[in-house]
Amino acid sequence: MSKIAFVQKNKIPPSPAPISEVGFIGWLKQNLFSSWFNTLLTLISIYFIFIILRDFIPWAWGGHWNTKSLRECLDLNPDVACFSVLTARWKQLLFGLYPAEEYWRPTVTFIFLILSMIPILFPKYFKFFWFSVIYPGLAIWLLWGGSIWGVGIVYIGLSLGIFTFILLLKLVSKNTVLAGIGALIFLIVFFMFFSNYLVNFLNIILPIALPPVESLKMGGFTLSLIVGITGIVASFPIGILLALGRQSNLPIIKMICVGFIEFIRGVPLITLLFVASVLLNYFLPPGTNFDIVLRVIIMVTFFSAAYMAEVIRGGLAGLPLGQHEASASLGLTYWQSQRLVIMPQALKISIPGIVNTFIGLFKDTTLVSIISLRDPVGLASTIRADQTWNGIYWELYVAIGLMFFIFCFGMSQYSQYLERKLKTDK
Amino acid sequence: MEKTKINITDEVAIHISNMNKWYGNFHVLRDINLEVMRGERIVVCGPSGSGKSTLIRCINRLEEHQKGRIIVDGTELTTDLKNIDKIRSEVGMVFQHFNLFPHLTTLENCTLAPIWVRETPEKDAQDIAMEMLEKVKIPEQAHKYPGQLSGGQQQRVAIARSLCMKPRIMLFDEVTSALDPEMIKEVLDTMIQLAEDGMTMICVTHEMGFARQVADRVIFMDDGQIVEQNEPESFFNKPQSDRTKLFLSQILGH
Ligand SMILES: Nc1ncnc2c1ncn2[C@@H]1O[C@H](COP(=O)(O)OP(=O)(O)OP(=O)(O)O)[C@@H](O)[C@H]1O
Ligand SMILES: [Mg+2]
Repeated sequence: MSKIAFVQKNKIPPSPAPISEVGFIGWLKQNLFSSWFNTLLTLISIYFIFIILRDFIPWAWGGHWNTKSLRECLDLNPDVACFSVLTARWKQLLFGLYPAEEYWRPTVTFIFLILSMIPILFPKYFKFFWFSVIYPGLAIWLLWGGSIWGVGIVYIGLSLGIFTFILLLKLVSKNTVLAGIGALIFLIVFFMFFSNYLVNFLNIILPIALPPVESLKMGGFTLSLIVGITGIVASFPIGILLALGRQSNLPIIKMICVGFIEFIRGVPLITLLFVASVLLNYFLPPGTNFDIVLRVIIMVTFFSAAYMAEVIRGGLAGLPLGQHEASASLGLTYWQSQRLVIMPQALKISIPGIVNTFIGLFKDTTLVSIISLRDPVGLASTIRADQTWNGIYWELYVAIGLMFFIFCFGMSQYSQYLERKLKTDK
Repeated sequence: MEKTKINITDEVAIHISNMNKWYGNFHVLRDINLEVMRGERIVVCGPSGSGKSTLIRCINRLEEHQKGRIIVDGTELTTDLKNIDKIRSEVGMVFQHFNLFPHLTTLENCTLAPIWVRETPEKDAQDIAMEMLEKVKIPEQAHKYPGQLSGGQQQRVAIARSLCMKPRIMLFDEVTSALDPEMIKEVLDTMIQLAEDGMTMICVTHEMGFARQVADRVIFMDDGQIVEQNEPESFFNKPQSDRTKLFLSQILGH
């Protein structure tokens, strides 16, 4: 027998890992004390956490909630927080100048918002999509008031348009483009000539209306949510289209998309907001009343759509060419393969970037205070200008920061959940 | 480009005449003439860069040719998008790197095109898909994702995915060259079975055993030209051109 020949004769049974490598102790050892440098970092961090909490907890815990002014707080105990400003002004922080007797409207809108988001965020478990479809109209009506038929007519018109589309497809021609054009003509005719009469008629037979509230009254966190959520919902599809357009083979479409993206990205959001608040009036025909909140929403949407487009383009670039070829070779059309094969994967790759953009957009809504809309940050200045609370600082901004944090952290958590759920490789 | 009427019987699956293609200034395919009959099995071989992939990719218009004519299943390939989509749904293609859709399960990979292109009801599409997965011998993997399958299994799913469209012609582009040796056989077996069922097939491959066993005709390409074609027996035993001899000696010699 040669010297290197070897045959294993007995099987070694598996034995448990040493105690110091598993469980809590193992975790501590691996993560916090794996080397002397790591140990040092751990100790320094613990020290910093300690001194921050040592100062913060007594300050927050002993805070006053029921004084009438900052003066009173300072007289009682100047070393603790004066949260009374929140007790006194929380309604304003949430609703801005919205009429107090109508506070139920933004509140209901917010509750409905959650209801309408659930089926979109968790489509597997909740399937009442019709509510998410009517929600935008419902929210506009609840917040701005007026006759319900103002938004109702849009839904009626669009439903009739879809109905026309299907009818044309069934009866006249199988061509979706032709049917689409037909439905579009129907919509134009409907909204130009008939919708007014229909609204008047509906107002007479079924007058449902809420007291109108004008846009300048919107404020506080309500305003942040209006601008933020609308911006997020609208910028997403626009971003997708821009990203696709940027990859298009048609030079004109490509040029328009690249131009739009580069221009909007190259300009500070504040500039765009100023354009929205001041300059736009010069360009519009005199007398047109183009709602300021709507103008802001459009600018914020454009801004984040441009970023979104670039994030999604990154996702598209990450896909192997083979995916396009495979779907083309199966006979899928361009739009089918984008929708069913390319986008689901590209969006999945881009989730972190997309959510990043969403979070950025949501926090950027605070910039509207610059053009004197009353978002929470703008309101904080107003409150601080009031002499009862003059000099208050931390308490307000901590509270506002916390509100934003809750939403942004929620988005971040959801995106991580989504990434885990969509993981299909192992 | 002259548009003479070409006499094509029903028996002709693919007709290619005087086809030329350039990538920029690079002349990849030169005067290709090829007629593939229904049920015929063709193996295309040749050195790397000779234009084999480009040739079969022209057949379903993944690449556009600039001169000459290609008629597939009676439909001429022109810039008309309708024709292209129609031909693509009649011609199945399997790729070297599988190109399965990683976000869909095996079953969904197989039902996607039938549902959206053929407008088959979902239930029927699933039945067809299961039938095809059984044919490639992996029905038990139907609910897994591609990332959870071995290379050989993925390639068989890719074949099943194409078969679900009930194609009349199948194109294979080096479908075994990304696989480990022990998986090559399972994929080749699937292809042999397909050949026995009478499918019209064009296979780009270097598996000469496979070529001998199933091919009706072997085509040898070099420098964008079809250099030689013959029945497998004569092709391997009595190659005519020097380039073919050189190629065969390299690939069979070792
Ligand atoms: N998109 C492209 N642009 C420019 N040149 C290309 C392109 N695709 C392929 N080529 C060139 O065309 C030639 C033929 O390529 P093709 O992929 O058809 O070769 P092949 O015979 O399939 O080779 P292999 O055996 O390596 O797959 C090669 O020289 C290649 O470099
Ligand atoms: Mg190739």
